[in-house]
Amino acid sequence: MTMLIEPDFGTPASKKTELVTVQIDNKSVVVPAETSIMRAAAECGIEIPKLCSTDSLKAFGSCRLCVVEIDGRKGTPSSCTTPVADGMKVSTQNPRLSKLRQGVMELYMSDHPENCETGDECKMHGMAKQVGLKEIRYDGRTHLDLKKDETNPYFTFDSTECIVCNRCVRACDEIQGTFALTIENRGFEARVSSSGTSFIESECVSCGACVQACPTGALTEKTLLTIGAPTRSVITTCAYCGVGCSFKAEMRGDELVRMVPLKDGGANEGHSCVKGRFAWGYATHTDRITKPMVREKITDQWREVSWDEAINFAASGLKAIQNKYGPDAIGGISSSRCTNEEVFVVQKMVRAAFGNNNIDTCARVCHSPTGYGLGKTFGTSAGTQDFESVEYADVIMVIGANPAAAHPVFASRMKQAIRRGAKLIVVDPRVTETVKSAHIEAVHHLQLLPGTNVAVINALAHVIAMENLIDRDFVNKRCDLESFAQWESFIRLPENSPENLESITRVPATQLRAAARLFATAPNAAIYYGLGVTEHSQGSTMVMGIANLAMATGNIGRLGVGVNPLRGQNNVQGSCDMGSFPHELPGYRHISGAQVREIYNKKWGVTLRAEPGLRIPNMFDSALGKKFLGLYVQGEDIAQSDPNTTHVHAALRAMEMVIVQDLFLNETSKFAHVFLPGTSFLEKDGTFTNAERRINRVRPVMESKTGKSEYQVTCDLSIAMGYQMHYESASEIMDEIAATTPTFAGVSFAHLDKVGSVQWPCNESAPDGTPTMHIEQFVRGEGKFMKTTYVPTDEKSTRKFPLLLTTGRILSQYNVGAQTRRTENMIWHSEDILDIHESDAELRGIKEGTWVKLSSRAGETVLKAHITQSVPAGVVYTTFHFPESGANVITTDYSDWATNCPEYKVTAVEISPSEHGPQVIREHNISGDSELESIIRMANQIAANIPAGAAPEIEVAHHLVQFWTSQMRTRLFNDVDRKKLSPIVLKAMELELAK
Amino acid sequence: MSIKVYIPQDSAAVSIGANEVATAILQEAKSRSIEISIIRNGTRGALWLEVLVEVETASGRIAYGPVTKNDVKALFDAHFLAGGAHRLSLGKTEEIEWFAKQDRVTYARVGIIGPLSLSEYEALGGLAGLRSAILKSGVEIVAEVTESGLRGRGGAGFPAGIKWRTVLQTASDQKYVCCNADEGDSGTFADRILIEADPFTLIEGMAIAGIAVGATKGFIYLRSEYPTAIVILNKAIVIARDAGILGKSILGSSFEFDLQIREGAGSYVCGEETAMLESIEGKRGVIRAKPPLPAIEGLFGKPTIINNVLTLASIPAILSHGAPAYAARGVGKSLGTQVFQLAGNIARGGIVELAFGVTLNTLLNDFGGGTRSGLPIYAVQIGGPLGAYFNSSSFGVSMDYESLITAGGMLGHGGIVLFDKNVNLAQQAKFAMEFCALESCGKCTPCRLGSTRGAETIEKIISGIDVAGNKKLLLDLCEVMTDGSLCAMGGLTPLPVKSAMDNFPQDFEGTKESVR
Repeated sequence: MTMLIEPDFGTPASKKTELVTVQIDNKSVVVPAETSIMRAAAECGIEIPKLCSTDSLKAFGSCRLCVVEIDGRKGTPSSCTTPVADGMKVSTQNPRLSKLRQGVMELYMSDHPENCETGDECKMHGMAKQVGLKEIRYDGRTHLDLKKDETNPYFTFDSTECIVCNRCVRACDEIQGTFALTIENRGFEARVSSSGTSFIESECVSCGACVQACPTGALTEKTLLTIGAPTRSVITTCAYCGVGCSFKAEMRGDELVRMVPLKDGGANEGHSCVKGRFAWGYATHTDRITKPMVREKITDQWREVSWDEAINFAASGLKAIQNKYGPDAIGGISSSRCTNEEVFVVQKMVRAAFGNNNIDTCARVCHSPTGYGLGKTFGTSAGTQDFESVEYADVIMVIGANPAAAHPVFASRMKQAIRRGAKLIVVDPRVTETVKSAHIEAVHHLQLLPGTNVAVINALAHVIAMENLIDRDFVNKRCDLESFAQWESFIRLPENSPENLESITRVPATQLRAAARLFATAPNAAIYYGLGVTEHSQGSTMVMGIANLAMATGNIGRLGVGVNPLRGQNNVQGSCDMGSFPHELPGYRHISGAQVREIYNKKWGVTLRAEPGLRIPNMFDSALGKKFLGLYVQGEDIAQSDPNTTHVHAALRAMEMVIVQDLFLNETSKFAHVFLPGTSFLEKDGTFTNAERRINRVRPVMESKTGKSEYQVTCDLSIAMGYQMHYESASEIMDEIAATTPTFAGVSFAHLDKVGSVQWPCNESAPDGTPTMHIEQFVRGEGKFMKTTYVPTDEKSTRKFPLLLTTGRILSQYNVGAQTRRTENMIWHSEDILDIHESDAELRGIKEGTWVKLSSRAGETVLKAHITQSVPAGVVYTTFHFPESGANVITTDYSDWATNCPEYKVTAVEISPSEHGPQVIREHNISGDSELESIIRMANQIAANIPAGAAPEIEVAHHLVQFWTSQMRTRLFNDVDRKKLSPIVLKAMELELAK
Repeated sequence: MSIKVYIPQDSAAVSIGANEVATAILQEAKSRSIEISIIRNGTRGALWLEVLVEVETASGRIAYGPVTKNDVKALFDAHFLAGGAHRLSLGKTEEIEWFAKQDRVTYARVGIIGPLSLSEYEALGGLAGLRSAILKSGVEIVAEVTESGLRGRGGAGFPAGIKWRTVLQTASDQKYVCCNADEGDSGTFADRILIEADPFTLIEGMAIAGIAVGATKGFIYLRSEYPTAIVILNKAIVIARDAGILGKSILGSSFEFDLQIREGAGSYVCGEETAMLESIEGKRGVIRAKPPLPAIEGLFGKPTIINNVLTLASIPAILSHGAPAYAARGVGKSLGTQVFQLAGNIARGGIVELAFGVTLNTLLNDFGGGTRSGLPIYAVQIGGPLGAYFNSSSFGVSMDYESLITAGGMLGHGGIVLFDKNVNLAQQAKFAMEFCALESCGKCTPCRLGSTRGAETIEKIISGIDVAGNKKLLLDLCEVMTDGSLCAMGGLTPLPVKSAMDNFPQDFEGTKESVR
């Protein structure tokens, strides 16, 4: 139980490979050329006093404490700004230097509080002692009467403790890239300023980098002042987005004082954002439910019960459904918020205890097309790079993502690369802060119409093919040439030219051509993408289009390139890795593989079913068809987050046993019969896997508030269902994962505790993990090009619904807001707002800040209007953080053809002024398609979209076997009006019958 | 043919009525139906003679001064347009002793030509240096500059050739030449006068620098307090561009060079080269730590020549007359000429350009004529507000870089300010600290806090509070500032303070008498 103090070498490490030898205080040390004297000294154990330097920032040379003497040179240069030279002899301590440092500290302390409110958090008194300062002889003017700025909810700025070292300003500039802070005035009057206004009114995004950088108590977490100094720290992983930042949870007793980003954290290297750094208060919020509860009917009041009673109540409910409707009538949804270990046991419970494969995960509604698309082309479902890779990119293409808001710590890193000279291309319907912000501007912003991604990626590839910009060497060496030839002849078709597609995409052909050339001719070009790619009817096609583009330009398999999905949730990568999809076992191995099943059959003592189970939307459809009536859902608020709320609510209402495991009562729990309290990340023991496949440890910093680990609850339910499942620790679960999953074979808690983190694959051939994938060859052997025909979505703007709604996230809030709405982050964003282009607003008489009714064929809601130019005319935009806004009342149940990932990003809507405020939601009578209608729609969509050559029916038939349950196929064969099916589907069905 | 009358448009001359004199002469000529053409030249540098009116006659230019508008009628009556005798008549300008005894190299054309007359510029040797440079390789030009012994005239005295060579040898896709025209030292005005009087010399010097090191862009960081200089230089740049002296093809050669002015915003410290770079880049004017040297990573991170106006303006002469001719002047390691500026309480203030090695005494008395008040010279500050104060025991010092350092001072930008005994050096020392407090960029601790503490401590000494203790504290502070400051601003502020304490101890007794 100790505090971890990370060493500070004073200046960043030199990237030079040439080594030089220097003598510091007669100690010889070998360091890379251009290392600072300060760092070289630190590396041989000599700590030179310093205040303004820290190894996360460039040397600045302002405090003048780190002065040294160098043989043969005049004066007393600062060791932070002076690089070593071979043979240099340095003295860091002698009477002259001592006197100089005392003189500097005497000046500092003459304008510093005698007693700092923050105690040892302020290094000044300690430093004064360290340099031997005895007395302060000055008694002149000071800044001790300056007022504190307490406007930020999480930290205070007390200018009286400020030493104007600029560390905060530099952190804001160099690390975060927001440029919110500056120094006002000069000389004695020079003061740190949030650009002339209070912190809360400034551009500050509360990433905490300044607080982290401050060597005094000037910038301090408020919790430190209210709770007191921490006494121990635990290294753990943030539970917000897929960046997966490492933090030190600094504790006082069992109370969390602050989360401090870990410099040694592989994903974040000491940086953080407002959510991870500060917005953790929800974890101990009074809304937390910590006791199990049950009720007979969803109209009944909740009843607190013992764990045993709750588990038995749930198990008997599920068993009753299975007895009545068959083994396939129940299923589970695992959570991307939970640990790998928790997810693993949930899917194990479903497969082993429920006896079916009706397990799905919230990745269904975000990155399932990534899994499909990258699996098909590269052979595995994951980003190809580590985050550091972006630092080596010459051109960065961001598609359908706004990392500045959704993946802020990665965005900071990307912006650093751009400020160093990397060129940025953004493909997005909106002008986001990723397109343009302080010192950042996209060279090309391809401002496409929502729903036309595939047309844009095809046009880019068309230009590259027609202008001889294909990297033939790479393609010939690394790719499947037959698929390439097919793809090339397809992509060269005039229909894919930017000129031809301009009217569809709205992207000017000349701009698109310029972007294509920039991308193709860059030494290193990297693609980063988000849900703007996946959450479309052609989400999977777009992912394959991205993979094609990367392969065609040779941008795979080294630093600075790659295809990088920016994962939305902390463990969405992990939950997919852990076999949460109905068709896949852990490690992306299809359930139909007998050898793979055998591994688990043996290990678990069961016989796994070879058929894929239901996906989440299929579950809802089946529920409405009275075939799926029991659901265990962990850590996901499907009633708010899934599209077409009306449809989802109807499905949930139709179920007979809904078990919700969560921290809080939520929209879904309104339909639940059992509520099992969950644990926050601060109570969990396990691992999260981030977007760069990095497996990070999550360590409990406090006791479980529920008295149980979450995986224990799953095990208990499994046992009550009749299947024995028991683990002594989370570590044991990981051992089972490693023993059964080749890509995880080398992973264990012991190994992670030793090395910090690893990126899978981690096994015998890659014991330290795999930062960059597909280096020598693709996981599937040769990279496979896939034909990506652009098929417009059926969701089209019409006379009745002439606008297109697209959705996204904002920095301060997170997803459905269950966590962030329970923090001070509400100060920045307390409601969802509808962004409307000024011409669309003008046309309809809508004024800034007034209520507007937003309606689609699925439903209606009311939001406040924001008139802006950040969306193009014809497009409106909102976030979905608040249940009362009901953004998903509007969205439809259209989805990606391959994976059923919902088409959140395109909904035809109309807007009109409204007299009433929010909460006035009228749900349309249509509650989505019936089960059969869904089956018809999905089958026809697969036939229209599947990449295939001469015989698409073969591919369609294969797809139906791979991803559909046998029950769904049976209904397609037996219950559907065949006149409604496309000829390709009919042919595919014939093929199947022939088998 | 109309008679040519030269009336300076120099800011100093204008400040004492040059425009009014010009208007009066024009009106008087009109009323007398005499055809004249007035040429607004720059000052010739004898500010004590301003407004200096010159008339072109068959025997040369005849000078009258100092002229006020009230003298105009009488001048006409005395036929000054024909060189007629008048109490203000100074005879032929070239023969005025004050000018005749100077050695004008950098200032060769200053005050003689119309500032924007390219033909007059060329007629007096302009462009010869540039023409010579385009026939030479970069290495040869740099060698010429090195051989001339030219050192940085901004104050640091760093050999220009070495700086240029570093930029030449640093490979880069882009290099820059930056001219430091942020002339902020008290008692200095040589940069301004040159720009207002002979801007093409600076442009030519910068173009040569660009050709020498392969820089295609130049910036002149010109202080906003020099509005006339900004106007004239901007016009000169346009003329030079039109004449092919700047642009894609300098004088028809394959060399490209263009430049633009960046105006300062009233910060003294932006005259420090790294703060100047920050300011040109559009950032707050704060000091950058060195290394990296600007010659390697300068403006926008690219190799950059940074030289003062006088340094760059000396280049054309060196290239046209050759390095040996320049190096033949001066003493020791201080070669060539220095444009001294005489100011303060002085009888004959202005520009004196002479080879290094002249004694301070010669400048103060032979040229300066002692104090304007007529009282004995009590103190002299050389090198701007960060320069040392000398008492009369040092007036024999040779005016060159090394001798001044040996004497406990520095040449700086060549400004020399005189004081009579009405000055109190403790107050001047306090002023040095106050000036530093006002102008410090605030980056490093010794300068940011030390300057304020210094002023407070000297105030205590002046008030007689614990004089011995506070003197000790002041000396300790000076040591911290000298050794600990990031740049010369904080590092040199102790120079006037300590020299005042050393050379005028009587002013630091903390008694009523010592305060005067």
